[in-house]
Amino acid sequence: MHVAMTVNGREVSGDVEPRTLLVHFIRENLRLTGTHVGCETSYCGACTIQVDGAAVKSCTMLAVQADGATIRTVEGLADGDQLHAVQEGFWERHGLQCGFCTPGMLMSAASLLEQNASPSEDEIRHAIEGNLCRCTGYHNIVRSIEYAASKLRGEEPAPPDWTMDFEGVS
Amino acid sequence: MTTSISAMGGIVRRKEDPALIAGQGKYVDDIRLNGEAVTAFVRSPFAHARINSIDTSAAAAMPGVVAVYTIDDVRHLGPVLAQVPVGVMRPLLADGAVHHAGEAVAMVVAENSYVARDAAEAVMVDYEPLPAVVDMKAAVAGATKVHEGSESNVLVTWFSHDWWPGVFELVDHRPAIAEAKERDDVVVVSQEMTNQRLIPTAIEPRAVLADWNHGYNRVNLWSSTQMPHALAGAVAKTFGLPSNEVHVVAPEVGGGFGAKLNIYPDEILTVFASKALDRPVRWTETRREAAFSTIQGRGWVATATITGTKDGKILGYELDGIADMGAYSQNFTVAIPVLGLFVAQGQYDIPLAWQVSCVQTNTQTTDAYRGAGRPEASYYIERIIDMYAAAIDMDPADVRRKNFFKKEDFPATTAIGLTMDSGDYERNLDTLIADVDYAGLRAMQAAARAEGRYVGIGLSTYVEVCGFAPSVLAEFGFGWDAYGMPTSFSGSGLVRVNPDGSATVIIGTGPSGQGHQTTWAQVVSDRLGIDYDSVRVTHGNTAESPTGVGTFGSRSAAVDGAATYEAAEKVGGKAADIVAHMLEASAEDIRFADGGAHVAGSPGHKVTWAEIAEVAYKPHKGPDGMEAGLEAHAVFSPGNATWPFGSHLAVVEVDPDTGNVEIQRYVGIDDCGNRINPMIVDGQIHGGIAQGIGQAMFEDAIYDAEGNLLSGSLIDYPIPAAGDLPAFELGWTNTPTDVNPMGVKGIGEAGTIGSAQTIVNAVVDALAPLGVKHIDMPLRPRRVWDAIQKARG
Amino acid sequence: MYPRSFEYLAATSLDEALAALADNPDAKVMTGGMSLIPLMKLRLFSPSLVVDIGRVPGLDAIDDAGDHLAIGALVRHATTASSEAVQSGAAALAQAAALTGDVQVRNRGTTCGALAHADIAADQTAAALALGATMVARSSSGERTIAADDFFVDTLTSALQPDEILVEVRVPKTGAGSGSAYGKLGRRGGQSDYAVAGAAAVVTMDGGSVAAARVALTGVGTKPSLAAGVAEALVGTDGSEAAVAAAAARATEGVTVLEDLYGSEEYKAHLAQVYAGRAVTAAMAAAS
Repeated sequence: MHVAMTVNGREVSGDVEPRTLLVHFIRENLRLTGTHVGCETSYCGACTIQVDGAAVKSCTMLAVQADGATIRTVEGLADGDQLHAVQEGFWERHGLQCGFCTPGMLMSAASLLEQNASPSEDEIRHAIEGNLCRCTGYHNIVRSIEYAASKLRGEEPAPPDWTMDFEGVS
Repeated sequence: MTTSISAMGGIVRRKEDPALIAGQGKYVDDIRLNGEAVTAFVRSPFAHARINSIDTSAAAAMPGVVAVYTIDDVRHLGPVLAQVPVGVMRPLLADGAVHHAGEAVAMVVAENSYVARDAAEAVMVDYEPLPAVVDMKAAVAGATKVHEGSESNVLVTWFSHDWWPGVFELVDHRPAIAEAKERDDVVVVSQEMTNQRLIPTAIEPRAVLADWNHGYNRVNLWSSTQMPHALAGAVAKTFGLPSNEVHVVAPEVGGGFGAKLNIYPDEILTVFASKALDRPVRWTETRREAAFSTIQGRGWVATATITGTKDGKILGYELDGIADMGAYSQNFTVAIPVLGLFVAQGQYDIPLAWQVSCVQTNTQTTDAYRGAGRPEASYYIERIIDMYAAAIDMDPADVRRKNFFKKEDFPATTAIGLTMDSGDYERNLDTLIADVDYAGLRAMQAAARAEGRYVGIGLSTYVEVCGFAPSVLAEFGFGWDAYGMPTSFSGSGLVRVNPDGSATVIIGTGPSGQGHQTTWAQVVSDRLGIDYDSVRVTHGNTAESPTGVGTFGSRSAAVDGAATYEAAEKVGGKAADIVAHMLEASAEDIRFADGGAHVAGSPGHKVTWAEIAEVAYKPHKGPDGMEAGLEAHAVFSPGNATWPFGSHLAVVEVDPDTGNVEIQRYVGIDDCGNRINPMIVDGQIHGGIAQGIGQAMFEDAIYDAEGNLLSGSLIDYPIPAAGDLPAFELGWTNTPTDVNPMGVKGIGEAGTIGSAQTIVNAVVDALAPLGVKHIDMPLRPRRVWDAIQKARG
Repeated sequence: MYPRSFEYLAATSLDEALAALADNPDAKVMTGGMSLIPLMKLRLFSPSLVVDIGRVPGLDAIDDAGDHLAIGALVRHATTASSEAVQSGAAALAQAAALTGDVQVRNRGTTCGALAHADIAADQTAAALALGATMVARSSSGERTIAADDFFVDTLTSALQPDEILVEVRVPKTGAGSGSAYGKLGRRGGQSDYAVAGAAAVVTMDGGSVAAARVALTGVGTKPSLAAGVAEALVGTDGSEAAVAAAAARATEGVTVLEDLYGSEEYKAHLAQVYAGRAVTAAMAAAS
């Protein structure tokens, strides 16, 4: 079947089987490999993208369902060289280690901040429950999103909370 | 943005991140080669069955199917190589019988992944089910054999007093402990506890891409591995190639946690298929499949016993346990409990009598998962010491303190003859006690109890052993000799100042998120004064790094980091000669800083690294007899492991109506000596704690009696999500090591080793008023509620 | 991860979809796909034809029809959860929708889809049952309504025929003196993930006593179930703590409780009582 959609502002199209998952269309046909696959049960969220402005799991959509949709992937977050605030936040606050969950996490975080400019820590934690990270324990991810929220509000982010109080060096 | 970064304590944004946050990081499954085919495996629905026949004809005839292979096609390659070959080695594909559910029986190669799965379903296998043994105790009893015809399911039993005969002469403490039990002033506290089997669950499934080139008789292999050099060796050995004709690249690796520290059959089989088909061949694991195709971890049942005086002096600690190896032995498998033995006595100077039997079952293989034996060992000593404290009505912090190795004991010798480099346990625990206002917490708990609430405070200390050394330990089985790679426990670092004055650093590690590019750049920038942004670090590539042991056992910073440090020192030595020549000064007076070098005491008398490099690459401009170029390789072989430690505390509240546990606070005070980048080190602890909490609260690889894995997807194998965890409160003490020149210890596994029992201790403490003494992990609400009901009678 | 092959129809009208279902007994209708696609990826379920009604106009609204709310087939969990009309008129359903899956699932999955899927551990099923919702099922041969009491038949089985589409769920609004609430214990503790056990309650108060009540359970058996005993015991009492406790003790009367990985029969029966009591208490608080 023929599908056409707008991805990161670009008109794209392709021929797919009905069973082709949207994530595979994005990764294989469009070669946008920032969107990852970490499970098949819609739990891990590594494949999170925005479809018509809403965060969804692209492993749980058929490419044919996205015909005509407007899609944004992690590759479309930055504006040229200007990082999106959530990207900057993850970089500044060590919100990633292996980086595999990061694209999905960034898309969820960006979506959250589009709806809630001042989320509490609890709201952030629940907003990213559909994105599993095995490296960070989420601590610095939460701090990264708080950083981004502050930046988007035009405020100075809180200082980092990693521990510098070590007792001298030999 | 920066000039030189302090190697010690410098916080700098990670070099890894710009690509990763842009979606431009390249993991194995992101790499595509022209003409590649993909594979899918046919997997057994039975845990133990004879294979009467395999009919691949229908699958092979399907459009888009390239080939279907069975063991008959690959038997000549032998089994999967294992570093510690005790037990039955895994055949590349099932050979006549399957021995765990999900074992690969046939491999389909097809034009795309959808077709490959369709064809895998069309392979007809005639199985004749055989009795399976899943329960560890039943396996030890041995009525049913995991492998037909074998004499016993028990592969080996490790004893603390005799773990490496001929190398260590050790005291058998069992008679003395038995005698102590007869004393009147002594209590004996004993508990059987399960340390359940876990599925590692790196978020990136494993993937491998092989490209055999018949013209060059050479293979390029991309794999999500933690040990690229060992993989190259294993592939070379399997296919009869010189190891330098196998080029392994571990590109971005999406988490490893020990599970990517194996030679896997799929790695060998994709190479085989690429060679046979003369085209690139890929395999990418699915999450459900990962429960069968990637090793699992933990899986112990053991009885811990403390014999101690009523005033808190421990006279003996015994552990009698069984560890589940699964059906086949792979990389370390039976050696994992030995790593537990290394830290079996925790921070305590106490007599140890430990024995653990390694038993096969009809389940997936177990091997290293974050901590690898050490979380199990720490769990048992730290749970039983809490039970001992409760039995003698002494505060758990006081009991621990009373039995610590003292600061003046270091370097301290453990009960199994190893030497711990440095430690100051009392100060570390005191720091925690002070930071959390322990007395205040206990008062808060008393007030909560008075209101009928079930608030608990859990404490654990731990000691970890990182960067295994000295190198003779490799002879025990922790090197890569079985992969054709004579291995010592050394690290490799190569530092090259390029002709433009930038630096390339090539290290022998195989990281999966630990930030090596950043940390090593800091070290080199600090030693040589080269701008941090001008230092590029590469790793995970066997064609670039002369040697490499990989990333495991929390070894990278303390071993490969130290090698890099030494390589930078060597480069600095040569550069100092060059600068001395350029500035007409003495080499001893040359200092490196701020992007170049100057003469001590006269900062204006300086040259840039680009200027130094130009001379270095033009020997006629340098000192007489200078060899052109500016690079050095160093191999660092530490004389000992490093032994970090820490104290953790959790505050929980239990809802007695539902058994629900809420973690209200989690505090860790750790000590890994000097920290190169405290931001990254904090992150390692965060992730480690989360995995320990995952074991304590949620995770459980549940097999039924027939050997079916009931919790193989993320639906039934819940790993922690953000809402399940509190913010972590961290602090540090600093007890450097003299084992390496930077004074750093490992930290990658420490959080996991310290955390599971901290949570269990807290929950049991919360329920102590009801008489609950122990609950086996995971502390899912049902378990907690069951324990409450049982305690209430 | 890779579904088997199937035919796909992007229906542009309900009639087109219904005709396709009528012609193909092996077809499956899809709205958001949050339940269907994972099953297909695991190859546990493989329809020959997927009829996607996601583009059919007119099915994505929540209409206030006076005494009830009419929630269309394409209304997503997130919309149900955030709708002021649902929050005020059918709070238990809004709360259950807010606790369904995660953000991404709520952005795609639909309330009607979750009801039709009839998962044993779903959230909105219990809320719809307690609220006394009516399902509007349409086929090529016409439309019928099915009371929630009759809708949930068994594990993953509703009263819908293979050729029927759940086009709308009608949820009676709780009026003055009435309130509703939903709560659960999730698989990872707290309220995260599928329900180990959960309960929804609707309570109507009249002058300090309970005039009417309906309580429904999820997670404990093969299907969401009315806890009729709780309602019976509660009506006529003053809704005191003791009265609620006594009523909640009857939570599993007539309900088949089953063990799973997350709880024994005994534990699930106990949780049913706990959450029935909590839901009743919260519903009474909302009623006043």
